[in-house]
Amino acid sequence: MKNSKYALVGMVFGLALTKGEAISWYRIQEMFRFESFHMFGIFMTAIPTGALTLWLLRKTNAKTFEGEALVVPQKKYHHGIIIGSLIFGFGWALTGACPGPLYAQIGAGFSVVIVSLLAALAGTWTFGRFQRFLPD
Amino acid sequence: MDFLLAPWPWYVAGPTIGLTVPLLLLMGNKKLGISSTLRQICAACVPARIPLFQYDWKKDSWNLFFVGGVLVGGFIGGAVLANPKPVALSASTMAYIAQFNIAHETGLMPASLFAWQELATVKGWLLMVLGGFLVGFGTRYARGCTSGHGITGLSALQWPSLLATCSFFLGGILFSRYILPFILAL
Repeated sequence: MKNSKYALVGMVFGLALTKGEAISWYRIQEMFRFESFHMFGIFMTAIPTGALTLWLLRKTNAKTFEGEALVVPQKKYHHGIIIGSLIFGFGWALTGACPGPLYAQIGAGFSVVIVSLLAALAGTWTFGRFQRFLPD
Repeated sequence: MDFLLAPWPWYVAGPTIGLTVPLLLLMGNKKLGISSTLRQICAACVPARIPLFQYDWKKDSWNLFFVGGVLVGGFIGGAVLANPKPVALSASTMAYIAQFNIAHETGLMPASLFAWQELATVKGWLLMVLGGFLVGFGTRYARGCTSGHGITGLSALQWPSLLATCSFFLGGILFSRYILPFILAL
């Protein structure tokens, strides 16, 4: 199956999130209160690792494993970047989970997080429903 | 075998997370971004003729395989290889949560808060249902979350992603400081 390799990468990603305790509600409270370096250490090593490897791939004109040209992600500004992210931050402080950790917390055995995931789906759906009334 | 159960230090977890970005690009120009899966599931299950959900979600189905993997990774890291000790929090965080009578025991989440019976309480409902709703609403409004903006966008040096990252941290910091203590005290 063509997509199963992504499941494998996802598994390693989920393992790193979990073993790194980035899915821990305790760690997220600690992070937002600036009481430990741990979570900041994760961000401050993850981002440069991504940035450095992307730079190297671009520099060497690397191609995908299937020989296509690489398309580096681009993000455009819209007001939702600020408004939406602030709202997301409130939710992150409550659940102790951004979207990735929601899945990992369920896997780790916190079955009640299925409810949070369903609520997140309801949130996404509600945004879609009322998008045209909100400033972009 | 103890080292398999121990949590990973930040300098192991961080680079592993960061390497996901180039790996997904090399595997097929895929962009790490997990909140997109919430949109996909909406598009697949309840599109309701909403424009946001009218797209070929099957084309991006690799993402659903990815989060399936994240769930399995959570199972391996959090259940099979569960750390037998409580999260090594700083003394000040432990004192903070202790004032709300939240037990700091083994496990990544306080079992006294994140349990099914807690859904019957206002506190549990706010933490799990309202919290989840805001995560889903906010990330779609911002078109990305910690992975799409915070890791991928910043790795690609996209300034809108820097703005997003600052904003969700600011939201979390302000909420934790001024609102969450009242909720935890309920």
